[in-house]
Formats: sequence, C-alpha cells, structure tokens
Amino acid sequence: MAVTAVAGAEARPIPRLRRLEDERWLALALLLPTAILLGLFIAYPFFEGVLLSLTSQRVGVDGEFVGLKNFVKIWNDSIFRTTVWNTFWYTGVTTVFKLALGLWLAMLLNRHFKGKALVRAFILLPFIIPTVLSTFAWKWMFDPTFSVINWTLYQLGFITQRINWLGDPDLAMTSIIVVNVWRGVPFFAISLLAGLQTISPELNEAAAIDGARPWNRFWYVTWPLLLPVTMVVMLFSVIQTFADFQLVYVMTGGGPANATHLFATYAYQLGIGTGLLSEGAAISLAMFPFLFVIVVVQLLYIRRVETR
Amino acid sequence: MAEVIVRKLNKKFDSNHVVKDVDLHIRDKEFVVFVGPSGCGKTTTLRMIAGLEAITSGDILIGNTVVNQVPPMDRDIAMVFQNYALYPHMSVASNMAFGLKMRKFEKPEIEKRIKRAAEILGIGELLHRKPRQLSGGQRQRVALGRAIVRDPKVFLFDEPLSNLDAKLRVQMRVELKKLHERLAVTSIYVTHDQVEAMTLGDRVVVMKDGVVQQVGEPLELYNTPANRFVAGFIGSPAMNFADVTLSGSNGKLWAEAPGLKIGLPEPLAGRFKGGNGAKATMGVRPEDLHVAGPADPAELCFEVEVEVIEQLGSEILLDTRAGNSTFVASVEPTLRTKLHDRLKLAINPNRLHLFDAETEAVI
Repeated sequence: MAVTAVAGAEARPIPRLRRLEDERWLALALLLPTAILLGLFIAYPFFEGVLLSLTSQRVGVDGEFVGLKNFVKIWNDSIFRTTVWNTFWYTGVTTVFKLALGLWLAMLLNRHFKGKALVRAFILLPFIIPTVLSTFAWKWMFDPTFSVINWTLYQLGFITQRINWLGDPDLAMTSIIVVNVWRGVPFFAISLLAGLQTISPELNEAAAIDGARPWNRFWYVTWPLLLPVTMVVMLFSVIQTFADFQLVYVMTGGGPANATHLFATYAYQLGIGTGLLSEGAAISLAMFPFLFVIVVVQLLYIRRVETR
Repeated sequence: MAEVIVRKLNKKFDSNHVVKDVDLHIRDKEFVVFVGPSGCGKTTTLRMIAGLEAITSGDILIGNTVVNQVPPMDRDIAMVFQNYALYPHMSVASNMAFGLKMRKFEKPEIEKRIKRAAEILGIGELLHRKPRQLSGGQRQRVALGRAIVRDPKVFLFDEPLSNLDAKLRVQMRVELKKLHERLAVTSIYVTHDQVEAMTLGDRVVVMKDGVVQQVGEPLELYNTPANRFVAGFIGSPAMNFADVTLSGSNGKLWAEAPGLKIGLPEPLAGRFKGGNGAKATMGVRPEDLHVAGPADPAELCFEVEVEVIEQLGSEILLDTRAGNSTFVASVEPTLRTKLHDRLKLAINPNRLHLFDAETEAVI
C-alpha cells in the first residue's frame, strides 16, 4: 500500500511554487528583482554614459563616433584640471576635518552625562536636514550683504569691511569646505560612536592600571581597535565627497570664475548647462579611475586592518 | 609588598548606597577573598581599591600611603579582569609587555620578565599568538601573566575564573593558590562562589547589601558564623534553618516547632537572654545531622519523612521534612532508605546554631 501511495505522489505534476524548493530556482527568484533594478538604473546608464562619451552628441544633435577625442579635449581644458585639483583638495581637507572633529565628538558622546540622548539626537540634525535646504541657509550666512558671519565679526571688531565669502576664489573654496565639514561631521561622530561602544571599557581600565596615560590609552588601545570602523566610515565619506554636487551647485554653482567646480558640477555645467552631452559624460567618467583607485586602496587597507 | 587598609569606605551611585562603612585591614602577603551575592558591593569595593571608581567617603591606604586621589596607574597594583581584558590587537607578548613599556622599562628587562612569567604559567609557546587564537584557560593565564610581570604591590582579581568551565575552574583555582604561595604578593580576590572563597582565601570577607557581614579565616566562618546570612552562604549544601519558639522547663531550654522539639545544649542555652516564647532561627548543617542510634539522647532527635534521595557516591543527601521545616541531611553512603520512609535524625549538639529572629545575629 505504502509503495503505491508514494508512486502516486510522484506521478502528480509538480506545482509551480514547489519548484522554489530547489535552491537554484529559489536563488534565481530572489536575485532577479535586484538584478533588474541594478541593471536598469546603474549598469544601463553607465554604459550609455560610456557610449555617449565616445560620440560628439549635443542637445538636439545626434553626433557620431569620435573615439577618445572628448577625453583629449577635457585633458587640455584648464578648467577641467582645476576641477581635478579642486575635487582632491575638497575631498582631502574635508575628510581630515570630518574625521578629527567626528572622532572628538564621538569620544565626548561616549562619556556619561545628563541629557546624553538629547545631545546625540541634536548632533544628527545637519545630517538629517535636506542638503539643499541647509546649504541655502549657509548661502545666506555667507551672503556679502546680509551675512550674519560678517555682522558678527564686525560687531566684535575683527573686521572693518565686509568679506565677500563666495566672491573670492580661495574664500569660496574654504566656505564650501566649511559647509561640507558641518554637514559630514554627524555621520562620522555617530558611526565612530557606534564603533567606540563596541570597545570594552575594561580594556581602557586595564590600560589605566597598566600605567598608560590618557593619550597613550587612546593611541595604543582605542585607536587601533577603532581603525576598522574608521576606515569604512572614511570610505563612504570619500566616495560621497568626491562625487559631491548639491552643495557646490547651490553655494557657488562652480564659481567664481569656475574656481570651485568639482567633477559633478563641471560635468553638469558642460553637459546639461551648455548642452555638450558627450563632453559632460567624459568628465563624469573621468571621475571613475580616480575613485576606483581610492576605493581599491582603502578596501585593501581595511582588509589588512581587519585580519591582523 | 604592602598591606591594604580600608577605613569607613562608602560609595553612592546617586541615591544608591552600594558600599557602607567598610573597614578592612589586609595584611602584607595575605590572600583575602571578598565573597557575596550579586550586588553586594564586593566588586565596587575592589574597583575603589584599584582607583577605577571614585570613593564617596572614607580612606584607602596601600603600603601606608593614602591613595584616595591617586590615579590607578600610580597605585602600583595589577588587576585581573573577569573578561580577561586582553588587548585584542596585540600578541600575548605585547599584552604582557604593555604595562612595562608604559613604565619605560628597558627592553632586556621586559623580555626577562615576560620569559619568567611565561615559564611560571606555562604559556611560553603562545607568546606570538593573538588573544582570539587562545582558549579561555589560556587567556586567563595571559591575563595573570600581564599582572605578574609588573611585580606590583597588590594583585586584584575580579571574578577571574567565572568564565571558565567547571573543570578548568577547579584546576586554575589550585594554580592560583600555588602562584600566591610562590609570589607571596598581597592579593584581593572577588568572587560570588563560596567554594572559591573557602579554598583560596587566607581570610574571607563576606558582604551583603554593601555591608561587611563577617571577616575571618574560612573555617572560622564555617564553624562560627556571625549571623544567619553568613551561616547560609558559607557551606555546601547550605545550612538548614528552622523557625523555632524557645521555652524553658525543667531547667532546660527547648526549641520547638511543629513536629520538632530539641533540647538546646548548655553553652547555647546559657547565651540565650530572652524570655519564654521568644522566636529564633535554629541552624544545623547537613553534615551535622545523622540517623539516630541508641546512643543519641532523645532530646536531640526528631522524626522526619524522606522526600528526596540524592546519591552522590561518597555520601547520600536526604531531603527530609519535619512538620513545616525541611532538613537536608548528609548521611553514610551505606544507608538503605526509600522515599516517604520515616526516619529519626539526631543533631550533633556542639554544632547547633541559634540566630535572633529579628536581627539574625548569632545567639
């Protein structure tokens, strides 16, 4: 009896849902939505961008295949070279400050004090407010006529003349760096705070008993243990800062006289603003090898730190 | 080498008074164990001695110097933590060297000390490993090594064996004892395990609710507990307690409870100052009960019913009931009995304890 029952079950057609019990079908079913989304919104635009950069297409003009001509052109473009320098400078300086200030804040927040939860929530504010909104507020603060910064410095007697924060190339760069740091510190602080909280307080106590002064406790115990988290946070931050757009677009639009362009803003200005689509695409793509090298170096370093 | 003196030590966390007026005098080279249930203030007291916790009031002296305001690094102490607290990114050798490096020792001296500690603890071949590559027992040894190389005035141990499995714990306990004999450094050891306290301590400090209940040598605590708490905490299986009413008749003091009437022996009866009908708690250890024989006087015997029989091989533990009191008795392994049997138990009169019902202090 039992034998016939089993044979009968096998003979029945397998319902479609039962196929998902096979791991290969299940894997396919689970991966498909992600694969479609990634393909549609990342891979397709990327390859379109590559193709675009190899043509002479402009807004309303189809263009033809021109090889690497666009890349040669931007390489000889002095604004592009300024843009490359700006992007590295902007990314480097802001990352150093965000790390230093974020770490300092994280260490302060890692202590016990009254109202800790409230302070932690407030710290996140710059990160939560939409960048465009907060950047507009900063733009007002840097405004040559209505600047609250100028007013304060004037009232305190530090300056006698208005400073044109966003009108001077060097000051404009410094200004956008300040805003980026202001916006980025909370991310560093909260992430590093999470990292700090995984370090057992006993280790610091052991080091204190071992005779380590506060600086040595930080340098020999806290910092090495925080390094893997720090590297991941820096990786995210560098990628985001390198490809930053909103902040510069709102604050200076790349000016004065193209002095504050980053890859993204210059690509936008050339590609969309002036309609040179293929050249804009070439500038966007030029970001790729730089970012690739930075990311690979950082990932290798993270692996080394984590496995040692 | 130093003695540790604690005077009127108090600790409050906001309104929470966790250590109350602790007075201790720990002699040079002595091994003292703080024992008590969780939250009794033993670890907080240790951490105050280490300098990891600020003191609310009182004094701590290490080697005749008041160290109330001295930071941990300048107290010349070494501490072994419950979770080992090894630096995970450093090798075993670097872990042990760290304290010496911070104190600016010369390299040859550091190496010499690490070698010696590694020999004592048998961890010579582990020196280049990272803590995560070690077993729990090995980590514990490294933590000990880190303390030993420093050659401090005082060793502090915060429940160092509680993360080890039962067998390893017994083994490490013996090794700690040997280590202390060899190094002869003043040691303070915190544990909630009374067996550890009894086996390791030259003297044991029993704490409860932030108050020291009794300080004494292990057998002193076992034989003459100062109060009901110490009596119940020290000894395994724990002392039996029965709530009794005391009454005098025929020139004799009797302790009575339903199903129980015991004639109290003379020295104990002589110490009792209360009147007829006074309430008290009678305490007797399982090992001081035996199955009554013809030689046992009737006034020390009582009848019980057997409720549980625990065969331990070397002895039998009988869980018994007399009226509404329960008694665990440790009896000869040759005894043949079965559940619900009725037996007569006799008390060793010299080992009977009586505690005040109100204050719980020994009478």
